[in-house]
Amino acid sequence: MRRAVLIAVPYLWLLALFLVPFAIVFKVSLSDTALAIPPYTPTLKDGFGALISGLDFENFVFLTQDDLYWKAYVSSLQIAFFSTIVTLLVGYPMAYAMARAPEEWRPTLMMLVILPFWTSFLIRVYAWVGILSTEGFLNQFLLWTGIIDTPLTILNTNWAVYIGIVYTYLPFMILPIYAALERLDESLIEAAEDLGCSRMQAFWLVTIPLSRNGIVAGCFLVFIPALGEFVIPSLLGGSGTLMIGKVLFEEFFANRDWPVASAVAVILLLILIIPIILFQRNEQRQQEAEQ
Amino acid sequence: MAQTVFAPWDDPQQKPLIQFVGVTKRFGDFVAIDDLTQDIYEREFFALLGPSGCGKTTMMRMLAGFEAPTEGSILLSGQDIAGVPPNKRAVNMMFQSYALFPHLTVWDNIAFGLRRSDMPKDAIAARVEEMLKLTRLSKFGRRKPHQISGGQRQRVALARSLAKAPKLLLLDEPLGALDKKLRQDTQFELMDIQETTGTTFVIVTHDQEEAMTVASRVAVMDEGRIIQVATPEKIYEAPNSVYVADFIGDVNILEGTAKANGPESYAIDWGGAEPATATSARPFSDGQKAHLAIRPEKIAISAERPADAANAVQGKVLDIAYLGNLSTYHVELPTGQVIKAQSANTRRVSRRAYTWEDPVWLSWSATAGVLLES
Repeated sequence: MRRAVLIAVPYLWLLALFLVPFAIVFKVSLSDTALAIPPYTPTLKDGFGALISGLDFENFVFLTQDDLYWKAYVSSLQIAFFSTIVTLLVGYPMAYAMARAPEEWRPTLMMLVILPFWTSFLIRVYAWVGILSTEGFLNQFLLWTGIIDTPLTILNTNWAVYIGIVYTYLPFMILPIYAALERLDESLIEAAEDLGCSRMQAFWLVTIPLSRNGIVAGCFLVFIPALGEFVIPSLLGGSGTLMIGKVLFEEFFANRDWPVASAVAVILLLILIIPIILFQRNEQRQQEAEQ
Repeated sequence: MAQTVFAPWDDPQQKPLIQFVGVTKRFGDFVAIDDLTQDIYEREFFALLGPSGCGKTTMMRMLAGFEAPTEGSILLSGQDIAGVPPNKRAVNMMFQSYALFPHLTVWDNIAFGLRRSDMPKDAIAARVEEMLKLTRLSKFGRRKPHQISGGQRQRVALARSLAKAPKLLLLDEPLGALDKKLRQDTQFELMDIQETTGTTFVIVTHDQEEAMTVASRVAVMDEGRIIQVATPEKIYEAPNSVYVADFIGDVNILEGTAKANGPESYAIDWGGAEPATATSARPFSDGQKAHLAIRPEKIAISAERPADAANAVQGKVLDIAYLGNLSTYHVELPTGQVIKAQSANTRRVSRRAYTWEDPVWLSWSATAGVLLES
C-alpha cells in the first residue's frame, strides 16, 4: 500500500503537470480556429460526441504546406546546434580554468558564474541591445580604438541571437563540466604523461573522456532551451531571424490562431523529446557505471 | 664469503644508473631537498624512508620529471635529465593512488603507455598479455578498474608501469592502501617481480618494516637530507646516528659521557649505579658526550644478577606487552629511566616468569649496543 502511494506521487506529478497540459494543447491542435472565447471549436460545450467528431489533423497538414514552418524548425535547430557548439568551446576552457584554480579561489569563481542569475533574464537580454546596437558600447569602443571606421550592424541579425544565446546559457554549460573536471584526479594526468603522453595527448586521452558526462549534460542543458528560445530572437534578432519560438508566439498572440500555434508546439515537443530521451539514457548509463 | 653478494655500491668499477649531484630543491622558502648527493645502481631495490615531509616524495618526483631541481643535477646513465619532460624519460612511476584510468579496461590501462610508443599492434598485445600473466591478472583484462579489488588494482598499476620496460621504476608508497596481510604478501611479490624483470626499483615509503623487507639498500631521510644509506641489516644493527637508531625499530638510548677503558672499549657513565661497558670502532675522547643505543631484543631479563654479563642493572617491571611471538617488558630503573627488554616466547605452555612490580635484572653484552655521538 505504502509502495503504491510512493510510486503514485511522481506519476500524479507527471500527469498533472505534463500529461494533462499536453493533452489540452494536443486537443487544441486538432481543433479549428473560431471567433469565440476560447478562439477554437469544438469545445466541451458542444457535447462529447461532437467534440470527438470535430477533431482532425488539418493543422498539421497545414504546417507541411507553408514552408515558413519547416524553415523555422530547421533554422531553430541550426541556431541551437551552433550556439551549443560555441557555448561548449567557450565554456570548456572556463570550467577547466575554474577546476585548476587554487582551492580557495573556486567558490569565488563559482559565484561569478552564477551571479548573472541574480538579475532578471529579460533585463540582461535588454542590456545586450544597448551593447550591440549601432550606437552601442561595442561599436563606440571599436570606433574609438580605430579598429573600424563605420559602425557594425550586429543587432537584429543572427549574430546577435548567437551572442545572446551563448551569453545566456554559458553557466549551464560551465557548471556540469566544472563538476566533472573538479573530481578529476590530477595524478591521472601525471600518469598519462609518465606513460609517454604529451600535455595535449593527455588532455585528449584522459581529461576529455573523463569529463564526457559533463560535456553531454552541458550540451543538452543548452540545446534544449535554445531550440525553443523566444525572448532572445525577438529582442536581439531581426526580421530575417526565423526561430520556432518566435513563430509560435506570433501565431498565438498576433494571429490568435490557437490551433496552429498548438500544432507548432506539439511538433516542437516531439523534436525536443528525442534529445531528452538521449540525455536521460546518458544519465542512466553514467549511474550504472558508477555502481 | 664464497657466494657473490649483490653490492654494486661497494664496487668502484660499477657505474651508477642514477646520480644525484648536489641537488637542492626549494619550494619558495621551504627547502625540500638540501644539497643531496647519492648514487643508485642498476638492479637495485632502493628505498627512501622517512617521516612525511622529509623530501622523499620530492626526490621521486624529480626522478619522474614532475619537479625540476633548483640546483644541482640528476644523471640517468650518465646523462643529465634536467630538461627531459616526463613523457620522454625511460622512467615509469607507480602512483600512490594507483592513478588507473577509470574509463579504460585493465587491458587498455596496461596498453596505454605502449600505444604511445611506435610498437606494432600485435607486439603490444603480446606485451600486455605478458604483463597480465606476470601480475596474475589474466582473467581481469576486460574489467574496468572499479570492478576489481584493491589488491588487484595495485597489481594493474604495477603492470602498467612495468609494461614499457623502464630503466627505472618509481614506486610511491605502493602498498599504503592495502591491509597488513595483503601488504606482506605483496612485498614478496614485488621482490620477485623486481628480480624477474631486473628493473631498478626506487620505492618511497614511511613504513620502515616495508623498506627493510624489500630493499637492497635503505636511505633514511630527514628534513631534505639523507642521514644514512646502507643495507637493511646495517641500518638496523649499525645506525650512524641517534635519529636513524630511533627511526628504525625500537631502541633504548642511554645518554652519558664516555671514557676509554681498553682498546675500542669505553665505559659510559649514564647515571646508573655503575657505568656501562660498550665496544666501539668509532673513537671517543674521554669525557665526550655519547649515546648508547641498545635494541630491546639484545637485553636479557632475569630474576638473579647473571654472573658473566658485562652490563647489568636492576629495576622493577612496569608494564608487559604480550605480542604473541615476543613479550616486551618495560622495566623502571632506580634512576627513573624506563628500559625496554624483549624476550621470545619460545614455549607454548609456560607460566609467565615475571609480573608487574617484580624486581628483575637486565643485562647485555659489551657488543650489544651501538655507541653514537650526540
